[in-house]
Amino acid sequence: MPVLEIEGLSKSFGGLRAVSNFDLALGDNEVVGLIGPNGAGKTTIFNLITGIYPATAGSINFMGKSILGTRPFKITQLGIARTFQNIRLFKECTVLDNVRTVFHPRVRYGVIDAFLHTPRYAAEEARITERSLELLKAMNLDGRAEMKATNLPYGDQRRLEIARALAGEPKVLLLDEPAAGMNPSEVGTLVELIKFIRNHFKITVLLIEHQMNVVMNVCDRLVVLDFGEIIAQGLPEEIRNNQKVLEAYLGKGVTVA
Amino acid sequence: MKQKYTQTILIIVAAAIFYVFIKTLIFLNVLSPYWQLVLDQSLIVTIGALGLSLIYGFTGQFSLGHAAFYGIGAYTAGAISKTLGHGSLLWFIIAIVAGTLAAALIALLIGLPILRLRSDYLGIATLGFGIIVKVGMDNANKVLPVLGGATGMSGLTTVANFEIIFIFFLIAILLLKNLIYSKYGRAFISIREDEIAADAMGIDTTRYKTMAFALGCGLAGLAGSLYAHRYPFLHPSSFEFLKSFDFLLIVVLGGLGSISGTIVTAVGWAFLLEGLRFVLGEQFIDFRGVIYALILVITILMRPQGLFSGKELLFMKPPRLKTPTNREEGSHAGLRN
Repeated sequence: MPVLEIEGLSKSFGGLRAVSNFDLALGDNEVVGLIGPNGAGKTTIFNLITGIYPATAGSINFMGKSILGTRPFKITQLGIARTFQNIRLFKECTVLDNVRTVFHPRVRYGVIDAFLHTPRYAAEEARITERSLELLKAMNLDGRAEMKATNLPYGDQRRLEIARALAGEPKVLLLDEPAAGMNPSEVGTLVELIKFIRNHFKITVLLIEHQMNVVMNVCDRLVVLDFGEIIAQGLPEEIRNNQKVLEAYLGKGVTVA
Repeated sequence: MKQKYTQTILIIVAAAIFYVFIKTLIFLNVLSPYWQLVLDQSLIVTIGALGLSLIYGFTGQFSLGHAAFYGIGAYTAGAISKTLGHGSLLWFIIAIVAGTLAAALIALLIGLPILRLRSDYLGIATLGFGIIVKVGMDNANKVLPVLGGATGMSGLTTVANFEIIFIFFLIAILLLKNLIYSKYGRAFISIREDEIAADAMGIDTTRYKTMAFALGCGLAGLAGSLYAHRYPFLHPSSFEFLKSFDFLLIVVLGGLGSISGTIVTAVGWAFLLEGLRFVLGEQFIDFRGVIYALILVITILMRPQGLFSGKELLFMKPPRLKTPTNREEGSHAGLRN
C-alpha cells in the first residue's frame, strides 16, 4: 500500500487551473522528485497535500485514510512534514527552540505542570531537549544550538528547516526547493543529507527542485509537471532525454548536443 | 534542572529583600501614604501589563482593548464585594476569582471569532470591543444600579493592602515565567514568529492564540479586581481606550517578548506619571501628555526594539543548557556519527 496516494487532484484559482488531474503514489522509503518550469503548480501541490489550500477535486489518502479537509496542523501531526521555498524559521528563537517547538504534540505534560514546573515537566523537557540535540547533531547544527535562527548562515538555515520538519517524526517529508540559493559545495552537502535522511529515518521524501544535479543524484523517480499537468514521469535517465520535458523547459525545436 | 529551583529561590529572596526595603522606608516615613498608593498602583498595573505582554509580546496578537478586561475584572469584583462582601476576606477572595474568571471567559468568547484576524484588523476589533465595554459601563446603572454608571461606582471597601498586592504580583510573575519556558510558551512564540510555519509544524494556532488571549485578559481581570479593592471608587474613565494605550506602551517600551522589560517599564511608568504631577505642578498637569508622548517618540527612535529587546534579567532567564560549542568545520552534515 502506498504511503501517500493522490488521485485526480485538481485546484483552480478562479479561472486558472493551477493543478489538474494530478496522480501520484508514494511508496515506502522512496525519494521522488517533482520538477517543472516556474509556475507549473509544484508548490500548489505541496499546499494541497498539507491542507493549506482546499482541493477543487480529487482525493488525497495518507496511510489509507483521506486527509482532504483536515486542518494543516492535524495533517502535520498525522505524519506529513514540510519545508518552505522561502525559509520560514522562527527567527527570533534559538536553533534548539525551533526544533523543540515541533515536539509540542508529543510532550506529555499539562498546563498545571507548565505553571509549576513539576518533576514531570522537568523529565519531559529533558527528554525532548536531548532528542532535539540529537537531531541537530545529525544535521551538524548542535554547535549552534543556542544561536538565534536568524543569525545562522543561509545553508544552515535551510538545514535547520529540515531538522525542524524531521522533529515532527514524519512518514513523508516534503522538501520545497531545498537547494535554492545554495553554492555548489552546499548543494553537495545537501545531496548527502537527503540520502542520509532517507537511510537513517526510513521515510519517504517528495522533493521539488530546480537544480538537476540534486534531482538526478537523489531521486528514484521523477514526475514532471507543466501547466498543472503531468507531462512525463519515470527514472531520472529517462526524463533527462524526454522530448516533452526538454520542450517544456527550453521551448520547441531545441536539441541537446 | 537544579538550576531552575535556584532561580525560583533567587526570585523569592529578591522579593523578600524588596519587601523589607519598602517596609523600612514606610517605617522611616520616607514613603508617604500617597507614594504607597502609587507603589500599589504600579504593582497592579504590572500584573495587567504582564497579561498584554503574553498576548502581544509573546503571542504577537495586537490588542487595543486590554483596559476593557481590566475594567471587567474591576467592576465584577467591585460589585460582588460591595453587595455581598462588605470587607470580609473570604468574599474578597471570591470577588477576585470572579473578576479574573469573568475577564478570561469574556476574552474566550470574543477571542474565538476575532482572533482569526491578523495584526491591524485584530487591533481594530479589540478597539471596538473596548469602546463597547466603556459605553456599557457608562450605562450600567440602567441594568444594575449597583454598578453606578457614568458617575462611577463608589462605596467600595479597601481590603487589599501592599502585602496582598505584592503576593499576587509575585505569583503572576512566577507563573507567567514558568509558562513561557514550557511547551505552551514555545507554541505562543512560534505563532508570533510565523503563524503559517507554526501551523505547518503541527501547532494548533487557533487554540493557542485563544489560550494566550484568555490567560492574558485573565491577568488584566486580576489586576482590575485588586484595583477595585485598593481604591474606594471605580469610574468608567479609568478603563477607556487611553488606558489600553498605556498597557500597550508599557509592553512595547519594555521590549516585546521580555517579562523583565514589562515589569521594569510598568513600575517605572506608574512612578513617572505621578512624578510628573509633582514636577509640573497642578497648573501644568495637562502637559504630562506631551511629555510622555515625547518620551515614547524618543525611546522608539533610539531603541525601536524596546528597553530589553526580548532579553531577560538574570532572575528571568530560561534554564541554561550545556551544549558543545566546538564545531567540526567541513564535515558533511548528517555523516558524523
